[in-house]
Amino acid sequence: MNLPGNPVADLACEPKGGIVQSRDESPRGAEGAPVSALSAREEMSGMKAAAPRSSMVVEIGGMAIRLRCGDPAFIDWLTSRYAGYVGRSDEASFDFEIELAPAGRESGNEDLSVSWDSGCWLMERGDFRAEWNPSSGRGRVQQAVNPYSLDSVLRIMHTLLLAPKGGFLVHASSAVRNGRAFLFSGVSGAGKTTIASLAPPDAHLLTDEISYVTREDGRYFAVGTPFFGELGRVGENLRAPIECVYLLAKGPENKIESIGGPDALRGLLGNVLFFARDTQSVKLVFDAAFEFVSRVPVRRLTFVPDERVWDWIA
Amino acid sequence: MSDKQYVSRDPSVAAHQLGDEMMILSPASSTFYALDEVATVIWNAADGVATLEEIVAGKICAKYDVTPEAALKDARAFVERLAEHGILHLSDQPLAEAPGSRTEQP
Repeated sequence: MNLPGNPVADLACEPKGGIVQSRDESPRGAEGAPVSALSAREEMSGMKAAAPRSSMVVEIGGMAIRLRCGDPAFIDWLTSRYAGYVGRSDEASFDFEIELAPAGRESGNEDLSVSWDSGCWLMERGDFRAEWNPSSGRGRVQQAVNPYSLDSVLRIMHTLLLAPKGGFLVHASSAVRNGRAFLFSGVSGAGKTTIASLAPPDAHLLTDEISYVTREDGRYFAVGTPFFGELGRVGENLRAPIECVYLLAKGPENKIESIGGPDALRGLLGNVLFFARDTQSVKLVFDAAFEFVSRVPVRRLTFVPDERVWDWIA
Repeated sequence: MSDKQYVSRDPSVAAHQLGDEMMILSPASSTFYALDEVATVIWNAADGVATLEEIVAGKICAKYDVTPEAALKDARAFVERLAEHGILHLSDQPLAEAPGSRTEQP
């Protein structure tokens, strides 16, 4: 009689940004003047007609988040950074105020903390500090001027928004081919970016790093994200039903094997992003992953890193 | 330890059965456990009311070709291992299921 009960997998967590800068307890504007979320908002409303653009909307997976900042140059930069995912200003369901802290104070790679307190989600890492009230839809983030902090805050927000609906973010590249989405999941070095870079012209790349999975009427869809990895390319803003998930491994020949039950769930959970560690949040992620593997095929794809692997993906 | 051993699942864990196998996630440690068919039978019966001896006799020996002594020995080792990980609780008294530690969220 075999009675296994040893832990077999830990869940994935957020990778730290390449440039981690310190959180400034007294955030200041780009020119050094003190900035508070409230004063910035009042100023913007009073100068709306004449002032440069003070906000933009980034829409991922149908969820639109308005980002406000007292520094128009940063808004312009965000508009460029999230090109392809810029929504209309009247569509936003959520509103985030960005307070820029001066750069240059390195703090090292501090652990990310996401917690629920007094009706707000609190998110904190060495390079940012954010809070978000889901009831009001409003939040604020204090961060230095860098491309990593806001990406992380957005990813955290989306995981929190997706989980109750049965969706999640997962370390995976993904692409749409013939109207169906394929996910290629694995840890760093497994081949996510490699397989994305080998995609043929008729495959539409959704991301080479973080795939976005939604559940709608019991069906699962992959949608494009602006979160990219080594490929350095924003994914196409498309949405397609998920055909299957491939867990990646590089090997001497191309091979696809079906995976079922615990192996599929273990493989997926090892790559699902989750940040909040409280019991309810972890259960939501586990439930979402379980429902997913119960409905979507999970296969192991061992591949030789050349374009022929895509002959197997259709 | 008394011959009577009551076993109870920790209420904070998340568990789903797929086929004959049980998949468990401990939120406290973010650790995933997979139980095979026989272990799943014990897990499902671990309600804090039935003793391990009753579970083995009624659910294991009645279904599988194993002697009661061997089955109980393996079952004890199994529940003690899960108890070390905090996802199962053992007692020589019946165990009432404790409320889980849940944080209210939207």
